[in-house]
Amino acid sequence: MSNTKYILGSFADPDDMMHGIDKLQANNISIYDCFTPMPIHGIEAKLGVRPSRLPIAAFCFGALGTTLGFSLLYYTMVYDWPMNIGGKPSFAMPNFVPVTFEVTILLCALGMVATFFFRNHLFPGRTPRVMDLRATDDRFILAVDAKENTDHALIDSLLKEAGAVEVKYNDRKYVSYE
Amino acid sequence: MGTHSHHHDYNFNERYEFAGKAKMFSIIAVVLGVAAVAFGLLSGDHVTVERTYANLLLMGYYFTCVCAAGAFFVALQYVTQSAWSAGLVRIPQAMASTLPIAALLLVVIVGLGLSTHNLYHHWHGEGLLDHNSPNYDPIIEGKSAYLNVPFFLSRQVIFLGIYSIFAVILAKLSYKEDLEGGLTSYKKSFKLSAIFLVIFGFTTPIWAFDTIMSLEAHWFSTMFGWYNFAAMWVSGICCITIIVVVLKKAGYMNWVNENHLHDLGKLMFGFSIFWTYVWFAQFMLIWYSNIPEETVYFYKRWEPEYKPWFWLSIIINFVSPLLILVDRDAKRKQNVMLFVAILLLAGHWLDYYIMVMPGTVAEHRGFGIIEIGTALGFLGLFIFLVMSKLSKQALVPKNHPFLDESLHHQI
Repeated sequence: MSNTKYILGSFADPDDMMHGIDKLQANNISIYDCFTPMPIHGIEAKLGVRPSRLPIAAFCFGALGTTLGFSLLYYTMVYDWPMNIGGKPSFAMPNFVPVTFEVTILLCALGMVATFFFRNHLFPGRTPRVMDLRATDDRFILAVDAKENTDHALIDSLLKEAGAVEVKYNDRKYVSYE
Repeated sequence: MGTHSHHHDYNFNERYEFAGKAKMFSIIAVVLGVAAVAFGLLSGDHVTVERTYANLLLMGYYFTCVCAAGAFFVALQYVTQSAWSAGLVRIPQAMASTLPIAALLLVVIVGLGLSTHNLYHHWHGEGLLDHNSPNYDPIIEGKSAYLNVPFFLSRQVIFLGIYSIFAVILAKLSYKEDLEGGLTSYKKSFKLSAIFLVIFGFTTPIWAFDTIMSLEAHWFSTMFGWYNFAAMWVSGICCITIIVVVLKKAGYMNWVNENHLHDLGKLMFGFSIFWTYVWFAQFMLIWYSNIPEETVYFYKRWEPEYKPWFWLSIIINFVSPLLILVDRDAKRKQNVMLFVAILLLAGHWLDYYIMVMPGTVAEHRGFGIIEIGTALGFLGLFIFLVMSKLSKQALVPKNHPFLDESLHHQI
């Protein structure tokens, strides 16, 4: 048994890659992932990628922001050091709204960026996980898990038929660590 | 290459046929509206006449705002070089083409209201500027260099005239593009749109100050213009959405899909939040500083006569789009979008009602034949004029440079 972990079809044209996806899927070969230098409309639906869960994270961070912003105001303005401002009651809701709103937006935005970075291993100082470096430049990469799909000759011929300019057999998942 | 080019059989010369029930309904609505207005004006009762004028101003302004929002939408799409909307643009164009008639109607209402002293009597009345008169008002005298009838009416005519000219030219250029193709029309539209947006942006707040804010001429708020702009833009988007969904349900524009609706939904949601933002910014500053000459506006609206409607307006225009449209899937369902769009149009009617009525009829406000009839009449007029315009051109601008991208829009 070979040590090949992933077979990568490298395409020069996105239409050819889309064609490659169709061919592999028609032969019941599961696709591990696609890497493209630019967004391609409709590719998520074709690959059956589930919608991003980032909005859920955004909601949680937003709710946290609302709670923190409101608590900060309540603690400082009502509990710890109440002040008479224009004769208004200490706990005056309308002037709590802008700060609570802004802290909500701030935590929501920062939390989303942090979640995105964490999930994609993009934090500064971390080695990015890249399966083929040219996917960040001018190539469209189709990755197939070689352990799950054992008929390597068929995969090779299907990829080439679809117009792959190169087919690679990688023993390691991420080339960027090398 | 080319193995997956999409072949679609959309009919780009398809035209909307304005006939049957829709036409019938709009004509009946106009007739009912005219009857309701005549009933109010001929009632002989001073309060009822004033109430009718207030309603005419409300709906005349609303109608003009929605048509102006159509022109703004068209111009915005050109300036931002938006592709998603390229195929939809005939609908706002039809609204923009209706703007001259709407504007004319508003100028007539405002002019008649002034001359009969049924509108704007707060700054236009007997002895307001006369030191010896019991009606003398030093604040109005201080504003009289700006708030006087000739200058006021010329501002109305000039602003609405400029909006109408741009609206009509932008629509005409697009119709010309259908016949001639090429990029000439598009490039010209881009330039005109940029000029229009600058003029529109600076003058709509002033137009709102004049038409609505001057009903209570002692009071002033710099946020009022943007607040009105937000209401105008949300209701314009709602009208476009309703027409798109209704046409789609009637079997037209089969290329419109959930992605186009999603974008309209995002605009509707986003600008409802923007409306709330501006509304609250105006409210909070006045509440915080607590100066009598400013708080008088909200004081009147918190009288028992208006308070429930004041809060209902916030619930409809802020809470309902927030809760219903925040979900991605909701924005992609045509029935949900149709429901929210109709709800928001009703909500902004209430919003305008709360702007207009306390400064005109105050405690004599009502909700009856005059309100429903006037609203129905203008609705009928809007449907009749816009749909007639829409039926005169193909539903899709077939030579628009971004049309193909619009047909394949995906988000």
